[in-house]
Amino acid sequence: MFRIAHAEFIAPGIKRFEIEAPRIARKHQAGQFVILRLHDRGERIPLTIENSNPAGGTISIVVQSVGKTTHLLNALNTGDNILDVVGPLGKPSEIALFGNVVVVGGGVGVAMAYPTAAALKHAGNRVVSIIGARNRELVILEREMRQVSDELMITTDDGSYAEKGLVTDKLRQLLDNHTCIDLVLAVGPIPMMRAVAEITRKDRIRTIVSLNPIMIDGTGMCGGCRVLVDGRSQFACVDGPEFDGHLVDFAVLTQRNSTYREAENRSMEEFRQELEPSLAGIPDDAGCAQGGRR
Amino acid sequence: MTPAAKPSANPLRLRERIKLPRQPMPEQPAEERARNFTEVNLGYSAELARQEALRCLECEKPTCMDKCPVGVKVREFVRLIVAGDFLGAAAKIREDNVLPAITGRVCPQEDHCEGSCKLCKKGESLGIGYLERFVADYEQRMGTISLPTAPPTGKRVAVVGSGPSGLTVAGDLVQKGHKVRVFEALHELGGVLVYGIPEFRLPKDIVREQIDQLRTMGVEFETNVVVGKTVTIDELMEEEHYDAVFIGTGAGLPLFMNIPGEHLNGVYSANEFLTRINLMKAYQFPKYDQPVIDLRGKDAAVIGGGNTALDAIRSALRLGARRAYVIYRRSEAEMPARAEEVRHARQEGIEFRMLTGPIEFLSDGKGWLGGLRCMCMQLGEPDASGRRRPVPIPGSEFELPLSVAVIAIGTSANPVIQSTTTGLATDTRGYIQADTLTQRTSRKGVFAGGDIVTGTATVILAMAAGRRSAKSIHQYLTTGLW
Repeated sequence: MFRIAHAEFIAPGIKRFEIEAPRIARKHQAGQFVILRLHDRGERIPLTIENSNPAGGTISIVVQSVGKTTHLLNALNTGDNILDVVGPLGKPSEIALFGNVVVVGGGVGVAMAYPTAAALKHAGNRVVSIIGARNRELVILEREMRQVSDELMITTDDGSYAEKGLVTDKLRQLLDNHTCIDLVLAVGPIPMMRAVAEITRKDRIRTIVSLNPIMIDGTGMCGGCRVLVDGRSQFACVDGPEFDGHLVDFAVLTQRNSTYREAENRSMEEFRQELEPSLAGIPDDAGCAQGGRR
Repeated sequence: MTPAAKPSANPLRLRERIKLPRQPMPEQPAEERARNFTEVNLGYSAELARQEALRCLECEKPTCMDKCPVGVKVREFVRLIVAGDFLGAAAKIREDNVLPAITGRVCPQEDHCEGSCKLCKKGESLGIGYLERFVADYEQRMGTISLPTAPPTGKRVAVVGSGPSGLTVAGDLVQKGHKVRVFEALHELGGVLVYGIPEFRLPKDIVREQIDQLRTMGVEFETNVVVGKTVTIDELMEEEHYDAVFIGTGAGLPLFMNIPGEHLNGVYSANEFLTRINLMKAYQFPKYDQPVIDLRGKDAAVIGGGNTALDAIRSALRLGARRAYVIYRRSEAEMPARAEEVRHARQEGIEFRMLTGPIEFLSDGKGWLGGLRCMCMQLGEPDASGRRRPVPIPGSEFELPLSVAVIAIGTSANPVIQSTTTGLATDTRGYIQADTLTQRTSRKGVFAGGDIVTGTATVILAMAAGRRSAKSIHQYLTTGLW
């Protein structure tokens, strides 16, 4: 059992949890994730670690309500327990002095990009961050990202906050202005990461993306998270989750992430009917912002 | 007679024993079980067990015992069954095997004890596996097990992995008075026994009960720890002060075929398919949250000829598959699966396509698997494994319509521990190097055994490595000599 030391909504449908997990807190490095399971009939879901406090023995995760499991998770509060949390899994982000780094975060991807952005800044890089969301309410971690960025740009799809547009528009502007960029890190929905990789491809700017395929054990045992990178199978759990965005086959990733769409919808629908009163008001499209991350 | 042998309670003369037929294992009817996940074999009654035990010839030189990788005293325990002392028989097995309810079900007895039984020459071997299972189940039902008696040594041992080798090490060492803690990466204990072997062959309650017995004996367990990630071997020894570590992390990364179409939806590794079904209970979706592709009315195939392959395809059948194929590139004689599993699978309606090699997974045009292009094979000269090499027959290509394909062609070494432990030598394929007798690795105080040393093998071979390790760890802890 892993106790939730603190839980709070940071945006509609997006909750941050601080979880007591001393072993994981001690070993966590930016870019790594945990797998958790809520109850004894629950599924295992991977979630990127947003922050860790080795002294206090806690890790933080940021969760958007998308499917049944994330809705159940986001119904938990301070003092509640999570049945299983395992990690830190995956390879840490490569942290080095690259020079000028652009961090692109979309939706809750911002929370996943944050620890790497902080580590890159700490390593002496000039960090320009571009974060985006559908609307004003869904912009998260603005203050934290500002702290670790030399420059922060914000976009909203509907223009309700900062600049109207997409994070990729901003990235393209930077390139059009001949800004010198040595590394781009993109974390967010698959279409966003794919678009970022396309933009940087012609200038051959090294572009790292953090992938979120279907995953079960997270230790390399099952092979469910295999992604096609440079024409070869790689396991996101042990070879990733970060890969060279120019080599990732995003079409295969999108297609494989759709494998259980029907089952996921059915699960969610039955769950919704079970808990109708308390769930009234959860928008049907809550899932669209974060792709396969359930 | 050896000094250990007690006088026989068997009233029958040898000539009479030979004439007795082997008592068949009661099982669920094939057409019924092909659609459910409950255990195929129902187990002997006390009467059947006694009848079967009477067949034992009580050989002066029991080859069955020599052939047992963990050295179970078959003749003695069978004698105790004849005498009606079932708990005594269980205790006798437990002297050499801490997981009898498991090996009684999944051990390939035909390769070990039963394969060497003298009765084979006259007909069918003694049902040693069935008898082992009977007394182990009897003991569990009675809820009485013998507890370790050795005084505490004050030594602490960390066991990495709760599969067959780790559980054996833990059981053997706790009985010697050492403090043992088992670390498991998954949320459930048992390793391949819970994620790999299906309920219909090894009920998970049985595994849980065997683990509970170890817990009663004093073994501690910690789940959700990926050693190499959550904590390293170095940290376990230097900071958590374990005196010795046993690595039994088991089978590694699943091998894929590297043929076109392997990324289509509907193409699984056996590990993923079986983990969804066994560990995550996807066959009870949506009662359980983790799904598996809905197989009802669809055609499925497994590629491979081992126990894992049969477990996967028989699971597919139970999930409602219309046709279920085993695709194997050699002939049935070369199939490594247990004989009983092949027989059961055939009874259930699994179709065996032998001498068939897949060359391409075909798309349905929408990103899902639609079929498998195969070639017919013939057997040529023996290869390095000693088995005749399959050679494709030119022009023999054909297509098999399929919705789900499961790849069960083996695994490669998982590198997580090797890459995070200083001074731990591996072989060219990445498996941990360990002495075949002492299971010692290149790192002082660190032992290893099971699939992470040998590559994919069986439950009983992993347990045998566990036994050797426990013996050698005990020696190391008591003498301090490396």
